[in-house]
Amino acid sequence: MTDHTPAVPPSERPIRVVSASPTLGQRLQHIWDHRELLSYLIRSEIKVKYKSSVLGIAWSMVNPAMVLAIYFLVFQVFMKNGVPNYVFMLGAGLVVWNFFALTVNTATSVIVNQAGIVKKVAFPREILVLATLGTSLVYLFIQFGVLVALMAILGHAPAWGMLWLLPVAVVALVLLTSAIGILLSAVNVYMRDTKHFVEIGIQLWFWLTPIVYSFQQKLSPMLHRHGITWIFFLNPVTPIVMAFQRVLYAQPFVTSTVAPHGTFAELPTWSSLTYLGLLGGVIALSIAGLLGAISVFGRLEGNFAEEL
Amino acid sequence: MTFVVRADSVSKNFRLHSERHRSFKDKLLRPGQGVTTDFTALTDVSFEISSGETVGILGRNGSGKSTLLKCICGVLRPTSGQVLVRGSLAGLLELGAGFQPELSGRDNVYLSASMLGMSTKSVDAIFDDIVGFAELEQFIDTPVKFYSSGMYVRLGFSVAVSVEPEILVVDEVLAVGDERFQAKCMDRIRQFQRDGRTILLVSHNADQVRTLCDRALVLDRSQLVFDGPSPDGVRVFRERLMGASLVIGDDASRRAVATIDAVTTASGRFAATTGEPWEMSVAVTANEPIEGHFVMELHNERGELMVRSDWEVAPVSLSPGSHIIHVDSPSMSLLDGAYQVSVGIVSDFGSQALVWREQAAVLEVTYRGRGAGIIQLAPRVRVS
Repeated sequence: MTDHTPAVPPSERPIRVVSASPTLGQRLQHIWDHRELLSYLIRSEIKVKYKSSVLGIAWSMVNPAMVLAIYFLVFQVFMKNGVPNYVFMLGAGLVVWNFFALTVNTATSVIVNQAGIVKKVAFPREILVLATLGTSLVYLFIQFGVLVALMAILGHAPAWGMLWLLPVAVVALVLLTSAIGILLSAVNVYMRDTKHFVEIGIQLWFWLTPIVYSFQQKLSPMLHRHGITWIFFLNPVTPIVMAFQRVLYAQPFVTSTVAPHGTFAELPTWSSLTYLGLLGGVIALSIAGLLGAISVFGRLEGNFAEEL
Repeated sequence: MTFVVRADSVSKNFRLHSERHRSFKDKLLRPGQGVTTDFTALTDVSFEISSGETVGILGRNGSGKSTLLKCICGVLRPTSGQVLVRGSLAGLLELGAGFQPELSGRDNVYLSASMLGMSTKSVDAIFDDIVGFAELEQFIDTPVKFYSSGMYVRLGFSVAVSVEPEILVVDEVLAVGDERFQAKCMDRIRQFQRDGRTILLVSHNADQVRTLCDRALVLDRSQLVFDGPSPDGVRVFRERLMGASLVIGDDASRRAVATIDAVTTASGRFAATTGEPWEMSVAVTANEPIEGHFVMELHNERGELMVRSDWEVAPVSLSPGSHIIHVDSPSMSLLDGAYQVSVGIVSDFGSQALVWREQAAVLEVTYRGRGAGIIQLAPRVRVS
């Protein structure tokens, strides 16, 4: 604190406008200006969560591992679905889903939970939603890392040629999730029931997404017969999950592990370009959704401090 | 001169919910029912603040001053109109608002500084100053949940002022820590002024505004009723708002409980000599029977409160009509100077001003002795 004089003369400093309705461009600029705060919020959230626990961040693995184990037991051991290496099929989908569900659930109530800050400090509130997203993204990478390690140990090869689809799928996932999270977090301030609806909705959504079952094996023939295969792709999470499955599980055709050991299609035989097209669709939809969500958020944000 | 903060006809309405947080069920079953009443917190407020000014915002509770500050900081958005802010702004609406109790003081300094818009690099550079100012060197790696409330706000204040904003917005948070730390805070605020930074200050404490600010904005019932030099602002605030708090009758027949018509002396001159008797007369017209206490204040030329008389020893009882209250004292204890005289009548227990006249006269005090300071001590000496 040696130099106390403001360096820039007043007339040249940037003007910030606080008005009833800032434009979308102003909002995006404002968010970008606060990217450093975002990284602090993510870091502090992770730090706080595991600070006084012995296993630390390993706890973030316990819950997903349990879920994976249960579905594996139910579908592979008890119901004998006969899918070889089912754990990777399941893991590929769950990694995506865990991120999606965790983020949407926490983001919905984040503004309400952080009321203390929202009422007293001025910064773009979308940052709070993005911070929960960033935190979940860290967990996504940890879970992904564990899955990859498991693949290496058990000698399960991914589809090397399609590996580049993964980053595209992650981009689609992040955009989609932030659009939904930003919208719901703002709505929840005004209607606190939103949180409960979201919790139920997410569970339902899980079963509408081909994670524990295979789209190609179970649903495709039936939908194809009626010519309504497209209906399943109204669920924007589906292409992302299927891209992960295609890359990590890698085998479209497999031989059943249960008698009579027939061959069936676990995954569609689409080319990488078809996947890219689907993901591109999700990305386009998500960007439109995100811009819409930010402007709705912007309109609702003005009254956050008084509604909380 | 260019402005740094400009409010263009800012209005803010709050919707008051009869029952908060309506649920889907309520909305479905009783659409548009028993819902909301609008409450206006700010009506068409416009002003411009130039670089380097220190502006105090005065107003009673509920007059809209905190809403105005929140609009300036960007925590609230005006319903109509806009606020333009040029340059970096740090708002101290609450000290330590962004703190994470589980994290150490160190982490919280970085977190809260970045919330105020500071980059990591610049925090690194002044980190030791922040901790030093808060006097928390020993505890900086302790989670702030173990901090005492004093330590908590000290760190909060220290971060906020170390961010070195071009505009500092302060809401009643200058009463931090013990007296010595408060003095440090005031020093820092004065340093800010000397640096030519702009300060906006909300305070209930009119004396603080008078001594610290060049300019005052007075808000009353959501409207900006005064914008000008702070001594005048304080006068308007005291007279108009404190007096107005005791109006009788409905809006049509609104009138004050009483008015102070004139403050005079028998000689016609407001002059006194230290150590000698002085007197004055206050002409009051009461519109209602009044049971209260007479109070007077003397402020020096810098606007600092020199003395406020004890209400308890001066009960007055007025019937409706005109009265003269005679005030005298056997000895003027202040040393020489020109003092602003403010007089009024307060309710029992001195909690409310029934009528108040700020700066009713200037009292010239002459001191013929050789003592120094503010008041005459006049010790009696006896050798045995």
